[in-house]
Amino acid sequence: MTKVSMTVNGKARSVEVPDNTLLVDYIRENLRLTGTHVGCDTSQCGACVVHVDGQAVKSCTMLAAAAEGAEVTTIEGVAASKDDLHPMQVAFKENHGLQCGFCTPGMIMAATDMVSRYKAAGKTLDEPAIREELEGNICRCTGYHNIVKAIADGASKMA
Amino acid sequence: MYDTTYYRASSVSDATSKLAGTEDGKFLGGGQTLIPTMKQRLAAPSDLVDVSGIDALKNISVEGDTVTIGAACTHAQVAGSSEVAEAIPALASLANGIGDPAVRARGTIGGSIANNDPAADYPAGCLGLGATIVTDAREIPADEFFVGMFETALDEGEMVTAVKFPKATKAGYAKFPNPASRYAMVGVLAAQTANGVRVAVTGAGNDGVFRHAALEEALGANWSADATQGVSTDEGDMLADIHGSAEYRAHLVGVMAGRAVDNS
Repeated sequence: MTKVSMTVNGKARSVEVPDNTLLVDYIRENLRLTGTHVGCDTSQCGACVVHVDGQAVKSCTMLAAAAEGAEVTTIEGVAASKDDLHPMQVAFKENHGLQCGFCTPGMIMAATDMVSRYKAAGKTLDEPAIREELEGNICRCTGYHNIVKAIADGASKMA
Repeated sequence: MYDTTYYRASSVSDATSKLAGTEDGKFLGGGQTLIPTMKQRLAAPSDLVDVSGIDALKNISVEGDTVTIGAACTHAQVAGSSEVAEAIPALASLANGIGDPAVRARGTIGGSIANNDPAADYPAGCLGLGATIVTDAREIPADEFFVGMFETALDEGEMVTAVKFPKATKAGYAKFPNPASRYAMVGVLAAQTANGVRVAVTGAGNDGVFRHAALEEALGANWSADATQGVSTDEGDMLADIHGSAEYRAHLVGVMAGRAVDNS
């Protein structure tokens, strides 16, 4: 057991967990933030994507202990307040970028990450780029078309 | 996942001495292979010594004709480095094609080559460019480092600290990724180096990454995609699985070699 401390959605959290605890289990089971999902559990589907120190990572493929001292953002922490939605969440809603919604938290976290990376690098996030960037996020309902539209729309709303 | 004991190393000497004191410990880089392997209970290290936080291993530097990449540099860091893009564009492009964005944010070059997965990209990059693997104890030429499938020349407890890449006159990488895993079904790095043309193939060989003498000879005589046509690859040396037969992979080697030259 190790006491693992990190900042999650702006709040300092500290929990004693077994060393083999995955970050996603720390988030879901210990912090009860269940918006982050486990889909495949084999690093393929991206339903578990969260931001660690500003980078999108698969929380099912990282130990909680490796996030000691990190700033973590989950889907629960993207909006400015409890009553608000993040512009990317609004874009998914308006563009029908989800059906069952299981993959959506990971999609949103991957989307905001790609927008900020492309902005920082001065690159254009056009449709082919969005499709390429979604390599690690799998949706079994939508066929991706509206997800891609939603991300393009959300990117313009984040500007 | 079986129980394990996690330790975050602060320096290379801290990491190696800590590992030496464990029963059956392993170094942990970004964990993009080791963690899934442990989740499947295919590996059960008693201890994990996390080396991904060692600052001294996170640098990329270019001095003269040598690009040195610290072992804990992530694929995203290498892919996004303007220094790498300028010195060896093929290496930046190789790093940018590994896995997916979230995997590239965590996975490291040291972890990739120490694991020597037969379908990983970096082994082809190191072997094709004629890199030197730097460890806590010595320097190992890539030609001697990649011994076989999941096997390297690393001794017990020896740790990769950096990889030195000589700049190539020309180099290109092309891979045919498995559509699900993004691992190479065949990946070829072709380079014109100070020591002649080198061609390394990953994903295809039944004993891991290998150099392709016939392609090196053909491209040494004529650096063009056309020169790769008609160069045969022995099917007996190829992997065969549900994703592709040995015959299919042997054919893809030539096709990817041509594309690698086109990308150079």
